Amino acid sequence: MANAPEFDVAYVSKLARLNLTDDETRLFQTQLADVLKYAEKLREVDVGSVGAAAHGVPMFNVFREDEPCDWFTAEEALSNAPHKANQLFIVTKVVE
Amino acid sequence: MSRSDLPALTIADLQSLLRRKEVSPREVLESLRARIEQVEPKIEAYLSIDFDAALKEAEKVDVNLPLGGVPIAVKDIINVAGQSCTCGSKILGNYRSPYDATVIERLRAAGAIPFGKTNMDEFAMGSSTENSSVKVTRNPWDLSRVPGGSSGGSAAAVAADAAFAGLGTDTGGSIRQPASLSGVVGVKPSYGRVSRFGLTAFASSLDQVGPLTKTVRDAAMIMKAMAGHDRHDSTSLPDPVPDYVNNLGRDLKGVRLGVPKEYRVEGIDPQVSSAVNAAIKQLESLGAEIVDVSLPHTDYGIAVYYFLATAEASANLARFDGVRYGYRAKDPKDLLDHYGRTREDGFGAEVKRRIILGTYVLSSGYYDALYVRAQKVRELIRQDFVKAFEKVDAIVSPTSPEPAFKLGERTANPLAMYLADIFTNTANLAGICGISVPCGFAKVNGSQLPIGLQILGKPLDEPRIFQIAHAYEQSTDWHKQKPKV
Repeated sequence: MANAPEFDVAYVSKLARLNLTDDETRLFQTQLADVLKYAEKLREVDVGSVGAAAHGVPMFNVFREDEPCDWFTAEEALSNAPHKANQLFIVTKVVE
Repeated sequence: MSRSDLPALTIADLQSLLRRKEVSPREVLESLRARIEQVEPKIEAYLSIDFDAALKEAEKVDVNLPLGGVPIAVKDIINVAGQSCTCGSKILGNYRSPYDATVIERLRAAGAIPFGKTNMDEFAMGSSTENSSVKVTRNPWDLSRVPGGSSGGSAAAVAADAAFAGLGTDTGGSIRQPASLSGVVGVKPSYGRVSRFGLTAFASSLDQVGPLTKTVRDAAMIMKAMAGHDRHDSTSLPDPVPDYVNNLGRDLKGVRLGVPKEYRVEGIDPQVSSAVNAAIKQLESLGAEIVDVSLPHTDYGIAVYYFLATAEASANLARFDGVRYGYRAKDPKDLLDHYGRTREDGFGAEVKRRIILGTYVLSSGYYDALYVRAQKVRELIRQDFVKAFEKVDAIVSPTSPEPAFKLGERTANPLAMYLADIFTNTANLAGICGISVPCGFAKVNGSQLPIGLQILGKPLDEPRIFQIAHAYEQSTDWHKQKPKV
């Protein structure tokens, strides 16, 4: 399991697309290093013959008929948009 | 009975009055509004209330429906059409739900009136409701203490008779722990029993919606109305919903109750231990057989939980990118700046902390060592319960290791806050059901603080935990005591 020095909040915040202030970066580095240290106890567990559980109640391949039904109108879907025009979401420019 | 006494009623008693036409749904709402105006400045349980819409519904509601005319408070993470749904976060400060969650649709069909949204830890991340970006909710039993969390608004409102019942969500204890700290009943249904459609996701494999109420019967009534399969939620279970209400009242003769030896850990408040031990004796005197059981992987629960819940949260909260809804940072210079600043300004500290931890857990090089290992230990925790339930019908324990703590006491130490979930979060990991029911009071510096008894049951065995909780409740008067707000 990872030791605290391998855990780099500044790097992870870039992966998460989440800017942090310098103070937050320093604080989280210490606080989350404590959490990771606490969680090191998971190393003790023998998990050799165990499958990984994604859910407490195993369910797989839930199918239903693919039937069309009424859904949001464009106005409803756009009702909370921070920036919209011509029935479209306006986004920050992606390509030059 | 005077109109001002109405808000103190249970749903069951309120319903008798409504059906006998002794009060109208409008009078019920007016009396509740007066009570909320009286106590809300002290407890601050609500984020928004729409009485005008509720009064319109009250005019046409059929009081003979299962919850006909009963106003219900809703945690602000569950979508109610036309109302706000902030999730306690600045990033959804202006969000208005364009649709009803399935649970709301079902409660409306049963005649309930969702009239207001309650405060919570931001995106349900917390155990004290102090992580709300909007305001701090106070415990009605002692205004200098937390109501628990993350469903602290619903718990405090029900405890203070400022709601007949509330909805909460429980990912690691967020219904049961505030129920315990605020002195009300709280139910975490089995995973898949209640639809999550319209619930803003925190950790999808752990989240469940459940009721916070004054009595076990009231909780059973709400569960009966909202449980069941939903085609909009592929994780909802197809099993038929039993009649939770008619199952109440059976005695406890021959019921086997397990007491896990791993739950006798250091750090449990002595007054909590003594109240829970007395409750176990009481259950024994009602006919239950007490059996020692072992849940050997209990000690790993918190670590597993904080890896899996944060991993799922980091993925779920990626949707808050300032494009389709919610806050967007002003004048971004490019797309990365847009995402980075929108999320920096929009999320509070605990949410950021968990996104960072979850992203790390899922990142290349750590995924197998952290995430997959945690999933494997999760399976061992689940198997612990499967084995224990071969010997017993239900498991009893404290809900929380301590009564309500002081506001501000834990905010600087996230790990100490996480440890508050020690008895609750393994139930979410294992997908089983649980209930917290009042079982006494601790006396701390002149305050009387509620203590909760947790009863855990097999997946889909809600009828059993309701039966046990109801039998216990009816043999005590803890649930009849009220805080003086």
